[in-house]
Amino acid sequence: MSETTAFPSISQSALRYRKMRDRIVEILLLIAGLVAVFTTLAIVAVLLIESSAFFDHVTLKEFLTDTMWTPLFADAHYGIMPLVAGTLTTTAVALILAVPLGTMIAIYLSEFAPHNVRETVKPILELLGAVPTVVYGYFALTMVTPMLQYFMPELPGFNMLSAGLVIGLMIVPYVSSVSEDAMRAVPRYMREGSYAMGATRLQTALRVVVPGAFSGLAAAFILGISRAVGETMVVAIAAGMQPNLTFDPREPAATITAYIVQVSLGDLAHGSVGYQSIFAAGLVLMFITLIFNVVGFWLTRRFREAY
Amino acid sequence: MSTSSAAAMMTPEALRRGLSRRKILDRVFVIVGLSLMLACLAILAVLFIDLVRDGAPRFGWDFLTNFASRRASSAGILAAWVGTSLIMLVTAVCAVPVGVMAAIYLEEYAPKNWFTAVVEINVTNLAGVPSIVYGLLALGLLVHQLNLGQSILAAGLTLALLILPIVIVATRESIRSVPNSIREAAYGLGATRWEVTKDHVLPYSTGGILTGMILGLSRAIGETAPIITIGALSFIAFLPDPPIKSEFPFVSFQWLNDPFTAMPIQMFNWVSRPDQAFQSNAAAAGAILLCMTLAMNGVAIFIRYRFRKKINW
Repeated sequence: MSETTAFPSISQSALRYRKMRDRIVEILLLIAGLVAVFTTLAIVAVLLIESSAFFDHVTLKEFLTDTMWTPLFADAHYGIMPLVAGTLTTTAVALILAVPLGTMIAIYLSEFAPHNVRETVKPILELLGAVPTVVYGYFALTMVTPMLQYFMPELPGFNMLSAGLVIGLMIVPYVSSVSEDAMRAVPRYMREGSYAMGATRLQTALRVVVPGAFSGLAAAFILGISRAVGETMVVAIAAGMQPNLTFDPREPAATITAYIVQVSLGDLAHGSVGYQSIFAAGLVLMFITLIFNVVGFWLTRRFREAY
Repeated sequence: MSTSSAAAMMTPEALRRGLSRRKILDRVFVIVGLSLMLACLAILAVLFIDLVRDGAPRFGWDFLTNFASRRASSAGILAAWVGTSLIMLVTAVCAVPVGVMAAIYLEEYAPKNWFTAVVEINVTNLAGVPSIVYGLLALGLLVHQLNLGQSILAAGLTLALLILPIVIVATRESIRSVPNSIREAAYGLGATRWEVTKDHVLPYSTGGILTGMILGLSRAIGETAPIITIGALSFIAFLPDPPIKSEFPFVSFQWLNDPFTAMPIQMFNWVSRPDQAFQSNAAAAGAILLCMTLAMNGVAIFIRYRFRKKINW
């Protein structure tokens, strides 16, 4: 290059070396970026390959319509529905607690709380989401269940209600944190317009800020659902591990995740149908998560407000 | 809106009454919101106090230096905390460089095209994949295809993949917050892109990167499901091969291939025993685990706060 000759102190070879180093670094960085893509592909590949081996033994019809899930028994049944029912029930219980609680905390933090309260409380609240899930499992089993049994004496020691409530508590910070960010992104002039019309803060929050931030709220709820569907240790510890086709949260049941843990605890031969069944279960879990995310994506698109 | 058309017909008294009612509702919400929030914080405190109280009889030096045992009173967490420390070492060594590098690529190098978009969507989606699915990935790929077995290396790699999105997202955020004027000044003096990144962008984003790394590791330390899926043993009465040897070449990587147990697995094992005596072991292990996680989070918050205060653009 001609302009470099104007600087005699920079030799051509040094410049070439630096440019070469830049190329090499760029390639290394690209490879690191590809690790993420590779991980996704590997997850899909592993789930599909092992599941396809599973579906050599089990028909899709049996998988979807059989009402019993006993792959490890002599009389093996392969109906995924009991596990799906357990997963959906615990998720529903969790959401019934977390959505109102998380949204109200978010409204409070975003619209009512003084600045220093928000700055102090938010990180502490996020610690709730950082507690190891196995600790939450212990909490559900040894504290929440006995507490619930005080009000419902016939409640069994393992039940989906207590597990679901604790999962709900666990996802409150996710819901509230993302919702609060969404609400704070609603521009100030919209609030001011509302105040100028004589609305109180609560009215402004409920009729201007919440509708304005709806797409962000939907994203927050979807994040919460994803966490609840995939939550493993709380249900494995507190909900029992018996597959049970019921939507009654007071009963014990296994979720998809709890089943995977249960099988992993035993010593199952690589390549057996029982081994393959956990991958099929994992595939269903991914599928459920995907459905919720697609719905969430649609909701955020549909209700996005442009300012 | 119905209220505004009604207000036009309202007498001043009715309007005033309506207003005071709305103001009361406002107050009520403040109280409700505040108390819900305090309730959540109180639950966190109760959780912690409960663990400490239940585990109190088991705290002591013996608990840290004993192996797991069939007798609850003499069981300890030696193998568990050693296992956890070694796994975290592997996780940090793998996840941090790869995550930071991927983030640098996405922020500083990646051209705006469909390929970059695919990588970005990928990272976002990976963050939403349930942790147990990573366990299945590890079981199928690392344990059986790559023949790593049920080893510390397999567990560390699994958790590294799990926290990779966390590290990437945190690093990207802190890189993005470095103002462009700094990059342009460096380019103006003839620096290459890597020199700009290494000498100017990275030093400013160290705080954010450290925060992301600690938060990622604090997530990994409590993860139970993926390493159960690999098939970690919960009864281990020996330590992995020591990494430092007395004879040449002084360091050994044999421990990477050793079977292991970890804190959350040990706790899960104790929780699922019907014997009440083991519950207090579980509580003690849980209290220690919770302390580790909260301490890591505290450090992360502190670093973020310090760096935010120190830098004035």
